[in-house]
Amino acid sequence: MAVTELSASGVEADTAKAERAHAIRRWLGNSGVVIGGSLFILILLATLVGPWLVQHDPFDQSLVKRLRPPVWSGGSWEFVFGTDHLGRDYLARLLWGGRLSLLIGFCTILVAGIFGTTIGICAGYFGGRIDFAVRFFIMVRLAMPAVLIALAIAFIAGPSLHLLVMVLGLLLWDRFAVVARATTLQLRNSEFVVAARAMGCSNLMIIRRDILPNILNQLIVIATVELANAVLIAAALSFLGLGVQPPLPDWGLMIAEGKQYILFSPYLITLPGLAMMLLVLAVNLLGDGIRDVTDPEAKGR
Amino acid sequence: MHSARREGKALVRYVARQFLLSLAVLIAVSIVGFVLLRASGDLAQRVAGAEAQAADVARIRLAYGLDKPLPVQYLEWAQRAVTGDLGRSLFFPENVSTLIAQRLPITLGLGALGLGAALLIGLPLGTLSALKPNGWFDRVVLTVAVLGQAMPPFWLGLLLIILFGLNLGWLPVSGSSGWQNLVLPTAVLAIATMPTIMRLTRSGMIDQLRADYVRTARAKGLKPVSVIVKHALRNALIPVVAIAAVQLGALVGGSVVLETVFGIQGLGYLAWESINRADYPVVQAVVLVLGGFYCLLTFVSDLLHAFLDPRLREQ
Repeated sequence: MAVTELSASGVEADTAKAERAHAIRRWLGNSGVVIGGSLFILILLATLVGPWLVQHDPFDQSLVKRLRPPVWSGGSWEFVFGTDHLGRDYLARLLWGGRLSLLIGFCTILVAGIFGTTIGICAGYFGGRIDFAVRFFIMVRLAMPAVLIALAIAFIAGPSLHLLVMVLGLLLWDRFAVVARATTLQLRNSEFVVAARAMGCSNLMIIRRDILPNILNQLIVIATVELANAVLIAAALSFLGLGVQPPLPDWGLMIAEGKQYILFSPYLITLPGLAMMLLVLAVNLLGDGIRDVTDPEAKGR
Repeated sequence: MHSARREGKALVRYVARQFLLSLAVLIAVSIVGFVLLRASGDLAQRVAGAEAQAADVARIRLAYGLDKPLPVQYLEWAQRAVTGDLGRSLFFPENVSTLIAQRLPITLGLGALGLGAALLIGLPLGTLSALKPNGWFDRVVLTVAVLGQAMPPFWLGLLLIILFGLNLGWLPVSGSSGWQNLVLPTAVLAIATMPTIMRLTRSGMIDQLRADYVRTARAKGLKPVSVIVKHALRNALIPVVAIAAVQLGALVGGSVVLETVFGIQGLGYLAWESINRADYPVVQAVVLVLGGFYCLLTFVSDLLHAFLDPRLREQ
């Protein structure tokens, strides 16, 4: 008796282990997840740990050391990526700028994600008038010229980091809402939701325990897309002078500051843009990979 | 005969409903834009400048009617806007409507050029890569699309300026005097839009080529080219048309950044200048025009959709 029980649980453990191994293989077999994921982790590490490894401070100015070229175009190893127009180490500023970009991006998708998901689930779950109102709201949001509105608000209210995150968050929620609504709509009449309702569960409980966990994958994919979007729009606003303010280092702002020296010091523009491109590329690849693994039907879309 | 009339009626009803919906969205956009501009700070203070005396700020508030309650301000503005009078600029001598009529064609033209170029490149590439999914050509094209999507447009613009304007000296760096000025911005818009169009064409073509009617056509011995172009591509294009319209709206809406980089005197540049001068009547009008343009495009795209795909009308 004891022996059979033991072997039975052993078999169960084996299948669980095999399933886990299978899942790991599925995740690691996806090139988007592997390449995008490792690139993203690398960028995260670089911006988190990097600033402590660079010997220069991103705010230290020095007029005698201004516009030193990077090491590959005749510069010294003291300033690997050269210095900017105020003699500040460009590598240090790039790393700190990345930290700021990521911070803005994460805060933005947090605001946008919570808002968009909430109204999207409500629309899909309750349907009827609420659904119509939310759909109308989404259409209005899509018809608003987002960058223009963000610029105008930043000018009138005076640019600040908090404002930047709030404005971007309130402009980028639409995709969360669309996806949360559509997937909730599919789940609303599924057997487990009907069963939960029959058992007397409250709406809030059903949404929290049955619906939210089931749409999480799709939301994560949207979050990666919107993270990339937020980084790009924040950089554009900073580039136009109404996002991150000097002397803080930000990739968009650095490109704007380097614009004057475009002829003789083009690295001031190419390097921050390249950094941004790598980040967006990593996030996009990761998002595509996650979608392919969790939703094989949509592969390659 | 009878069913044809009923179908016609359904179509009319569908069109009318979509039109009313678009109108409602436009009104909502104008209200939200109006409120946001006034609620995010002291507009009169911004018009007067940071160093202005309190008395001057108060005078401006009174003169421009910024002291009235918001709903009153909005209704007065909307009443005039309906007749085509969008107010006076605080900086330019012209009416706001005249200013917009001058600048809008430049922005629209640039957007159309960019979208046209994107379609010209994206459609063939998407079709070709769908013929052998995951083949080497497909992989190369997908990689290019992923890279193109990751580039911030304003940075790409500056890169092109560095390469073609400064290093090679082939094209002018900024301004809007001749066709040469449009080459680089068109290229940026095309590169930014192409990935979406290409991906959509590709996935649509993959689905269509798997469909039964394509297999039947092939089995009948039709030439592969005619099967691909006449049958599959025509059906795969339906979603692309819808997206293309929305993309044009996005291109025009995003013109602020690109027109600033290239110094093109379009609507986006006008908006950007006006924001920095607190010329709020102009900003207000540009928000309305861009929102209206977007509504128009989605309306047209819905119509096209309904004509191309009769199932939609039934809903």
